[in-house]
Amino acid sequence: MNLNAAAEILFLDEFSAADMPYDAGEEALLKWKTSPLDSAQATYQVFASTMQTGGWIKVDEFSADKKFASDIKLPFWAWKARKDLHAVAIPLETHFGKLEKNKEYFFKIISIKGRQKFESEIVSTQVKRNWFNFARLNNLVFVLVIFGIFIWTVSHAKRKGLFIRRIAGLDAIDEAIGRATEMGRPIYYITGIGSMSSISTIASTFILGEVAGKVAQYDSYVKVPHYNPIVMTVCKEVVRQAYLQAGRPDSYREDMNFFVSSDQFSYAASVDGMITREKPAACFLIGHFMAESLLLAEVGATVGAIQIAGTDSEHQLPFFFTTCDYTLIGEELYAAGAYLSKEPMLLSTLRLQDYGKFFVIVAVVIGIALMTLSVQYKWDLTDKILENIFKTY
Amino acid sequence: MIFKKKLPLIVCFIVGILTLLQYYVPNKVSIGYLETMTQWDIIISAFAFLLGLASLFAMHYDKIRRKTQGWGYSLFMFGGVILGLTCGIISKANQTNQEGFITAFGWIYNYVLNPLQGTMFALLAFYVVSASFRAFRVKSGQAFILFLAAVIILFGRVPLGQLIWSKFMSWLPFGISEAIEWIMNFPSTAARRGIMIGIALGAVAMSLKIIFGIEKQYLGGKE
Repeated sequence: MNLNAAAEILFLDEFSAADMPYDAGEEALLKWKTSPLDSAQATYQVFASTMQTGGWIKVDEFSADKKFASDIKLPFWAWKARKDLHAVAIPLETHFGKLEKNKEYFFKIISIKGRQKFESEIVSTQVKRNWFNFARLNNLVFVLVIFGIFIWTVSHAKRKGLFIRRIAGLDAIDEAIGRATEMGRPIYYITGIGSMSSISTIASTFILGEVAGKVAQYDSYVKVPHYNPIVMTVCKEVVRQAYLQAGRPDSYREDMNFFVSSDQFSYAASVDGMITREKPAACFLIGHFMAESLLLAEVGATVGAIQIAGTDSEHQLPFFFTTCDYTLIGEELYAAGAYLSKEPMLLSTLRLQDYGKFFVIVAVVIGIALMTLSVQYKWDLTDKILENIFKTY
Repeated sequence: MIFKKKLPLIVCFIVGILTLLQYYVPNKVSIGYLETMTQWDIIISAFAFLLGLASLFAMHYDKIRRKTQGWGYSLFMFGGVILGLTCGIISKANQTNQEGFITAFGWIYNYVLNPLQGTMFALLAFYVVSASFRAFRVKSGQAFILFLAAVIILFGRVPLGQLIWSKFMSWLPFGISEAIEWIMNFPSTAARRGIMIGIALGAVAMSLKIIFGIEKQYLGGKE
């Protein structure tokens, strides 16, 4: 075949190589202008090497009507999504293994149409490790705004007067513990199968502290079976402190918190067995739950325990609604700490959630209006701007 | 006091901020940091498991010693642990040997543990029925709407229900599949998204409270 004989067919105009922006220094970016002759019948073969003179490896091949700058999924503030430019990201680590610092990488492209080929000039670039992912600027702006509101709400924490709506599930804690005391039966507090990195588990430890404090006051007995040993260690300390603060350190027992199993269904089977045998008067199911939620809650309902549940796993909420007397839905679980302690600092942070909800409502209303208008009047730019602003990159 | 309360709060603040910033820094330094933290998490979890085992053994030993109600189950637990551990060591934790035959460990896994887990999972079907029975008792207008939506979805998922709908409800301008699609895509999704938005906002507020040391109950108490 005759190389360069048909240069006028698929000549690579403004062919250049650069570091791929906003990445960890693993990719190079090749760009060249599109040609009116680009079609599905033509092909681009991309070659890369660590030397200018040889050692070429084919790193990509695609038909000429594909891979444009507009196909690279980056937002408008970080990338010009041009349709008149081919752009290809080359993952160098995949082809050359661990990359060396300040090393030059060379690229060339062979365009093929029918029996004719054109070989481009050789271009080179170094890849560098970037320090800021500019594509995530939208997220950073949101986070900074949230930080600002958070600091403002905390610094303006009022000692009195902040209204917090009634959360029936948390108000029922006293009732549940009182019932257990009267009946002389234990209380089961189940923290779910989340680890300490799960926010719902952290929220659960707070409620456990309050529950354990009241259990200590009423001289009742709480059992906390655990799925995760780290959660068990934390909960042991929480319960011990609650007993100390209630002035009942003598009533505290090490075996109130105990490990059962790190296997989901073994844990459920074991706890179900304990609930069936001991018939607790109250069961708290607060934390992160999955398929075992119904297995635990239904058994608790069968033995007639007052059940208070709370989780942020939205798929498990219907099971708790049907089997428990009270259910804390997601955000109520996170608000429990503030609600129970009534600490001004914690209460004030609830305003952050309220402002967030207000923002979401306004954004949804304005978004619906703008999207409707953009469809009606074909405002493609508005559509794109909105999509980019609210997208995760 | 410093080691018990202040130091954990300082560590929590620094790690929290670094982990947050890591999301915006694509550099290998930040990727390495996240990998290191993940490895630490795995290592700590492995050691914590020993704590869990100690707790489990202590509790069951105490039950046997005091002959409390159901102490026989505790014997069974010790038997299971010894059997599982022995088979695991003999089989070098492999489910099949070099000849491709099942090992003792593999046998326990495939013919004891798996069926038991399957049984527990299968129990869900019965529990769903009894939970549904309670949920579908029509006591209010809202409960009636829930009941109606559930009946449409339940009927629409089985051929008999589809047949009944086509016989008696064909006068309606939509089929049962469209009704299900509408229920799942609009009221159900809208409600779920509302909950998810609340959860996301709550999680952000909670994370900030933890990072800035306002929420510190997880350290073992309020003070």
